[in-house]
Amino acid sequence: MASTVDVSGNTVLTTPPNQQSDDAHGYYTLGEKIADTKAPAGPIKDRWTTHKMNNRLVNPANRRKLDVIIVGTGLAGGAAAATLGEAGYNVKSFCYQDSPRRAHSIAAQGGINAAKNYKEDGDSTYRLFYDTVKGGDYRSRESNVYRLAEVSANIIDQCVAQGVPFAREYGGLLDNRSFGGVQVSRTFYARGQTGQQLLIGAYQAMERQVAAGTVTQYTRHEMLELIIVDGKARGIIARDMVTGAIETHLADVVVLASGGYGNVFFLSTNAMGSNVTAAWRAHRKGAYMANPCYTQIHPTCIPVSGDHQSKLTLMSESLRNDGRIWVPKKAEDCTKDPRDIPEEDRDYYLERIYPSFGNLVPRDIASRQAKNVCDEGRGVGPMVGDFRRGVYLDFADAIKRLGEDAVREKYDNLFDMYERITGENPYEVPMRIYPAVHYVMGGLWVDYDLQSNIDGLFVTGEANFSDHGANRLGASALMQGLADGYFVLPNTIREYLADGPFDAIDESHPEVVAARTEVEDRIQKFLSINGTRTVDSYHKELGNIMWEYCGMERTEDGLRKAIDMIRELKADFWSNVKVLGTADSLNQSLEKAGRVADFLELGELMCIDALNRRESCGGHFRAESQTEDGEALRHDDEFAYVAAWEFGGEGGQPVLHKEDLVYTAIEMKQRSYK
Amino acid sequence: MAVSGLIFIGFVLTHMYGNLKAFAGEESFNEYAHHLRTIGEPMLPESGLLWVIRLVLIVSLVVHVSSALILARRAGAARTVKYAVKKNKHSSISSRTMRWGGLTILVFLVWHLLNFTIVKVNPSGGETDNPYQLMVDTFDLWWMTLIYLAAMAALALHLHHGTFSAMQTLGWTNSAAARTRARTAGWVLAIVIAGGFSLVPIFVLLGVID
Amino acid sequence: MRLTLKIWRQENASAQGALQTYDLDGISADMSFLEMLDVLNEKLQGEGQEPVAFDHDCREGICGTCSLMINGEAHGPEVTTTCQLHMRSFNDGDTITIEPWRADAFPVVRDLIVDRSAFDRIIQSGGFISANTGSAPEANSVPAPRDKAMRAFNVATCIGCGACVAACPNGSASLFMGAKITHLGELPQGQPERYSRVVDMVAQHDHEGFGGCTNIGECASACPKEIPLDVISQLNKDLRDAMRMGL
Repeated sequence: MASTVDVSGNTVLTTPPNQQSDDAHGYYTLGEKIADTKAPAGPIKDRWTTHKMNNRLVNPANRRKLDVIIVGTGLAGGAAAATLGEAGYNVKSFCYQDSPRRAHSIAAQGGINAAKNYKEDGDSTYRLFYDTVKGGDYRSRESNVYRLAEVSANIIDQCVAQGVPFAREYGGLLDNRSFGGVQVSRTFYARGQTGQQLLIGAYQAMERQVAAGTVTQYTRHEMLELIIVDGKARGIIARDMVTGAIETHLADVVVLASGGYGNVFFLSTNAMGSNVTAAWRAHRKGAYMANPCYTQIHPTCIPVSGDHQSKLTLMSESLRNDGRIWVPKKAEDCTKDPRDIPEEDRDYYLERIYPSFGNLVPRDIASRQAKNVCDEGRGVGPMVGDFRRGVYLDFADAIKRLGEDAVREKYDNLFDMYERITGENPYEVPMRIYPAVHYVMGGLWVDYDLQSNIDGLFVTGEANFSDHGANRLGASALMQGLADGYFVLPNTIREYLADGPFDAIDESHPEVVAARTEVEDRIQKFLSINGTRTVDSYHKELGNIMWEYCGMERTEDGLRKAIDMIRELKADFWSNVKVLGTADSLNQSLEKAGRVADFLELGELMCIDALNRRESCGGHFRAESQTEDGEALRHDDEFAYVAAWEFGGEGGQPVLHKEDLVYTAIEMKQRSYK
Repeated sequence: MAVSGLIFIGFVLTHMYGNLKAFAGEESFNEYAHHLRTIGEPMLPESGLLWVIRLVLIVSLVVHVSSALILARRAGAARTVKYAVKKNKHSSISSRTMRWGGLTILVFLVWHLLNFTIVKVNPSGGETDNPYQLMVDTFDLWWMTLIYLAAMAALALHLHHGTFSAMQTLGWTNSAAARTRARTAGWVLAIVIAGGFSLVPIFVLLGVID
Repeated sequence: MRLTLKIWRQENASAQGALQTYDLDGISADMSFLEMLDVLNEKLQGEGQEPVAFDHDCREGICGTCSLMINGEAHGPEVTTTCQLHMRSFNDGDTITIEPWRADAFPVVRDLIVDRSAFDRIIQSGGFISANTGSAPEANSVPAPRDKAMRAFNVATCIGCGACVAACPNGSASLFMGAKITHLGELPQGQPERYSRVVDMVAQHDHEGFGGCTNIGECASACPKEIPLDVISQLNKDLRDAMRMGL
C-alpha cells in the first residue's frame, strides 16, 4: 500500500478510499465528506496528552452554574455522572430503569482489558492499541483507539480504589487472564460478573454525588426528544414512566450514554428495555449515525426454544476451548438422540473447514458457519420457524480425556445455567448452542472529543461508534465505557463548557415547545390508532426480517428485500398497532410502542448501510465479498471509511457522509484463520 | 435484646442447676433455698445478693420486653398489607415464634413467681413455708406439671433461636464455623436448660421425689 | 400446560388493589416464568384488556429488576431470579398466586411493580468508598488478602432485587445492607469509612421504614445470589465497634 506524508508530518499508511460499487444506489444521497476536525496531529503516543493540555479549563466556581444532562447510567453514563459531579458540575442523570444500578452493563461477564503488563508478558499500550485496531478489522479511528489503550490502566486503578473486588492471587495482587484470542494476559475480572462489579462501582460513586447534591437522578424516565436551540443541544424532553408526565429538562450540554440498539433484532442478549430511542431522536434532529450495520453476533448462546422466546442468554466463549462443535451429516438424523449418532455420521464442521483453528475460530466465523449448517437443514433442537436452529457443543471427549470432575471444576456455573434454562444436563447430553446478537459497534458519529456533529451533544459508550471498528474484541466494551465516562468525556466536555453558561432559555421557547408538542402528539397517535396488532408482534416481525437479511450473512438481494419488507411493516404499524391504556399512567405497551417505532426506522437504515458496504469486514459479511474459500474479503481501496448517515427527513433518503480512515501508526492487513 | 437475653440464659442455667438439688432431698434443697439468702454475708445484708440479682433481672426484663415491643411494632409498620400467600422456606419454628413464645414465658413467669416467691400459692392447699414441700405439692398435681412442662417447651424454643440470635446480633457469627457453633449452642442450651428444669416436675409426678 | 393465575392488579400507588383470576392455556415447560406472563399479556391485549405490569429487564438473572412473590415465595420455588425460573418447575393444572413485594418501604407503583428507591437512598447514605476519579493510587500498591477479596466478591454479587425484604417476616433490609457493609469492609480501601458507613446506612435503613432484624433467616434462603446470613453478623459487629468508638 502506498504511503504519503500528511501536513503534520505523519506518515500516512493508507490511500483515501475510492468507492466503485454502488449497491445502495437509489436508496441514499451522497453528501459532503466529513473529517474529524478535533483529531490531534503528531506522534500517536502524545496526541491525548497534548489534546488534554490544549482543551480549556472551567473555573471551579463556574462549574456549579453549568447544567449537564446525562442519559443512561451504565458504565459510560454512570462513570461520567460521578466524575462530573465530583468536579462540581450540576448533573442531571436519567435512566429508564428503576435504579441506575440496573443498566445493562451489569450483564457483561468476561472482564476488562488494561495494558498494565502485570504478567510481564510483553503487553504495552501500543500492543493493546494494535490488537484492538486489528480486531476491529481496520475500521476504527486510530487516535481514539490509542487513547482508549492509554487510559485503560487508570481505569483499573480507579475501580480498585472504589472497592471493585477483582480476582486476586494468593499474594493479594491482582490476577489477569487471557481472553479473546490475544497472546497476552491483560484481562482483569471478577469471576463471570465483571460488568456487574464495575457498574456497581460506578453506581456507588454516582450515588455518593447524589448525596453530595451535585447529581440529581431521574429513574423510570425515558428521553423522548432532544431540544436544539440555536444549533446547540440544550436539553431533552423526558417522560416520567410512572405518572406519564412529559417533562422538559434544559441544560448547557447533553450527553447520550444510552447503550446499543441490538434489540432491533428482537432477540438478543440485550436487556428487554435496551433501545435506540434516545440516539434515534438525536439522529432525527441531525446527529449522524455511523456504521449502523456493524453488529456483533456471538456464537455461544443458548438457542431459541420456541416462538415464545423473549431473550437470548450468552454463555462464555471459553466453552469452545474444550467442547467440540458438530451437527449430523444427514438431515434425517437431526431428530435422533445425539448420543445414538455414530461418529462417522457426525460433521465436526469447524474442524473440517478450519483444520488449524478448529473450534477456536473468531466469533464471526463460528457464528456464520453455524447458520450455514442450519440453513442446510442440519440444525438440531426444536423447530423454530422452518428450521432447527442449534448445533451441538459436545463435551463427551473432554469428559473422557479430563474426567468429569475436571470439566465440572472449569465450567460448572455455565453448565448449571444451561441446565436451568433448557432442563437438559450437559454432562450427559451435548449442549445446543446458536449465535445471538450481542453488541453493536455502530452508533452516533462523534469526533475525538466524543461530540456529535450537533454542538453540545456528546455521545459515550456503546451509543457512539468510535472505538471498535467493524468488530469488538472480548473484554473491550467495559474498557471503552469506563474510559469514556471517567477519563475522556470529563476532559473533552470542558473545552465546550468553557464557553458556557449559555444564554438562559425557558420552557416557552418555540423550539422547546415544538419538541414537547412533538412528543405529546406522537403519544396521542400511538393511543389513537387502536388497531389489531400488539407492539410486540411488530417487534418480533422486524426482528425476524433483520435476523434473516441483515444478520450474520448479508446479500444484495436479501437487503433490498428487507428494506421493502421493513417499509411495509412500518406503514402497517402506524395504521394498525394496538396500544391500550392511557398516557398519564405507567403504561408498558406505550413505552414499547415508541421504541419499536424507532427500531423500524433504524432497521431500514442498517439495511441501507449494509447494502452500501459491498465488502466483508468484522461483523459485517457480504456474501458477494468473499474469497474462494468463503472467507471474508475486505476492500480497503473502496471502503476504508466511516459511513456517517444524516437523517433525510420524513420519507426522504438518508444522506451519506464519508469520513476517510487514516492510519499513521499501523498498517492494514487482511485476516486469515485457515 | 441480645445482652438481656444472655443475662437470662445465665440466670436460667444457674436456676436449673439449683433446682436439681431436689434430687438430693428435702434438707439439702431447703438449705440451698436458704443459702441463696445468705450468700455474701456478712459483707452484704440478708438477701442482699439476691436483691442485686433480682434488680439486674428486673432491668433485663424491662429492656428485653421493650426491645421486643419496638421490634414488633417496627415489623408491623414495615408491612401493613399482608401477603395472600406466604411460605416460610428454611427458617425454624423457633425463630418465627419468638414473640408468642416470649409472651407465653412472661405469663408463666407471673404465675411462677406467685407460686414460689411472692405469694407462695400452694395449689394443694398444703404448707407454704417449706420450699421443698411447696414444690412437691405443686408438681404432684398432674395439671400443674403439665403447665410447667408446656412453659419449658416454650422456653426451649425461645432459647433455641434466642441463643443463636443473640450471638448473631452481637456479631459473633462471622464465619460458617462460628455460625454452626452458635446454632449448636442454641440446641445444647435449649435441651439442657428446658430438659433440666423438666426433670424435677416429672420425677415428682412419678413419685421419685416426694 | 394449563394454569390458573391469581395476580395482584392495582391501578396506581393510591388505588385499591385486588387479586384477579386468569386462566391460561398452551404454556410450554420451556418458557421462562416471565415469558408465560408475556403470553398472558398478549392474550389480555387481544381481548382489549390492559396487560399486567411487571418489572423485568435483563432476563438473565443479574440486573435485579424482576421481582414477584410466587405462591408465597420470593422469586418462586427455585434459588434463582424470577426471570430464570422456568415453567418446568410447575405442573399442569397448578394455581399460581403472584403478588408484588410487600413492604411499606417498597410502595406498589402499579400491579406487580414496586418502588425500590429506598435501596438507592441507603447506598447514598454511605454505601460507597469516597475515591474521586483520578485520585486513585496504582492498583497493585495496596494488596488485598485473597480470602478477604473473595468474601468481598461473594457478597458484592447482591443484585439489589429486594427479595430479602419481601421474604423477611419483619420486612427488614438487613441482608441487603449487610452485603454492602461486608463487601466494602473486607477491602483495605474500605477501611477509612468503615464505621461511619455502618452507622449512616443503618440510620437510613430505619428511617426508610424497614423492620428490624430478628435473625430468622428467611432473607438468606430467598436470596437468588445466596448471600449468607453472616453478613448481618458482620453488620452488627461493625455497628458495635462503631458504637464503642462513640460514632
